[in-house]
Amino acid sequence: MNNNFEPEIIAYCCHYCAFAAADLAGTMRLEYPTSVKIIKLPCSGKVELIHLLKPFEDGADGVFVAGCLEGNCHYLRGNIRTKKRVNYVKSLLKEIGIEPERVEMFNMSSSMGPEFARVANEMTEKVRAMGPNPVKLKGEEVVK
Amino acid sequence: MIVAERKPMEELLQMTAPFGKILVAGCGACVTVCMAGGEKEVEVLSSLLLIERKKNGKELEARKHTVERQCEPEFIKDLDPRAEGVEMILSMACGVGVQYLAERYPKIPVYPALNTKFMGGPVQQGIWTEKCGGCGNCILSLTGGICPIARCSKSLLNGPCGGSENGKCEVDPKNIDCAWQLIFDRMKNLGKLEILAEIQPPKDWSYARDGGPRKIVREDAVL
Repeated sequence: MNNNFEPEIIAYCCHYCAFAAADLAGTMRLEYPTSVKIIKLPCSGKVELIHLLKPFEDGADGVFVAGCLEGNCHYLRGNIRTKKRVNYVKSLLKEIGIEPERVEMFNMSSSMGPEFARVANEMTEKVRAMGPNPVKLKGEEVVK
Repeated sequence: MIVAERKPMEELLQMTAPFGKILVAGCGACVTVCMAGGEKEVEVLSSLLLIERKKNGKELEARKHTVERQCEPEFIKDLDPRAEGVEMILSMACGVGVQYLAERYPKIPVYPALNTKFMGGPVQQGIWTEKCGGCGNCILSLTGGICPIARCSKSLLNGPCGGSENGKCEVDPKNIDCAWQLIFDRMKNLGKLEILAEIQPPKDWSYARDGGPRKIVREDAVL
């Protein structure tokens, strides 16, 4: 696998916790990979199946959703619902031969800046180890 | 409503493999409500097909459109411009919708993306159960509004059988309630147990599928 591979990861972050945590990570000057591109949502429960699939269609290497800690969702159950959707998308990806681990769900509070940085690093390393999204990879092979 | 579920991706990938330009057609009626073939499911299935195709270095043009109902000609004509030039149509409707599309587009192969399961409804969001067997001669007045044809594993008219235990059916005690236990409880609550004491004669199945494909003609409604 290409050692210089820098994954592209889409992170859906809820306004109340995960986005605030990402903001805090920045304020704390914690480093996390530039590979993680954040999309802010009012609640992680806003995430639908297609939002988790579309990035893969367009060549993203990983997707994660970060919501509030379980039991602390601003909209009560949004994060629990999305967790189920993330698991369902894992099964869909498996059905078409894509590693289910490319999509994950994380929970954190708004004060957990270091946790956001850790999760961003963990996801980046995991996806880097898996290699590029096969959608892109096949394009490279064809070029060869 | 008609309840359906998506076929396994393996089967759908096989179906679509020979084609480069397809139309994924959703239905806005029953299969939207049971989350199998509505607008959202059309998006998801198209995306899965595209990802798989790109993964293998191949191309796919997947057009997407969901009509109000696929089981009526006046609604499916909306698909005409989208069906122009496609090599196959993948219908996300029930078996009825698939057949209407096949009739409308004689030169385009139409494939089903769903397995049509039963007539039923939701127990809660995400869980659906069978409620009606479409037997053509409704007996719900005799059974307290609980259908033994669809909900008793044996479709007994004079139940329960010996396989009823603690209100559950021996076929699958975890998931199937004994319909006759439900009927008994309901009739007891209604104070109408005497209706159950009457022995029901064998059902005339000629009103059901046994009489061949069925048809209803309402002369007053025919234009």
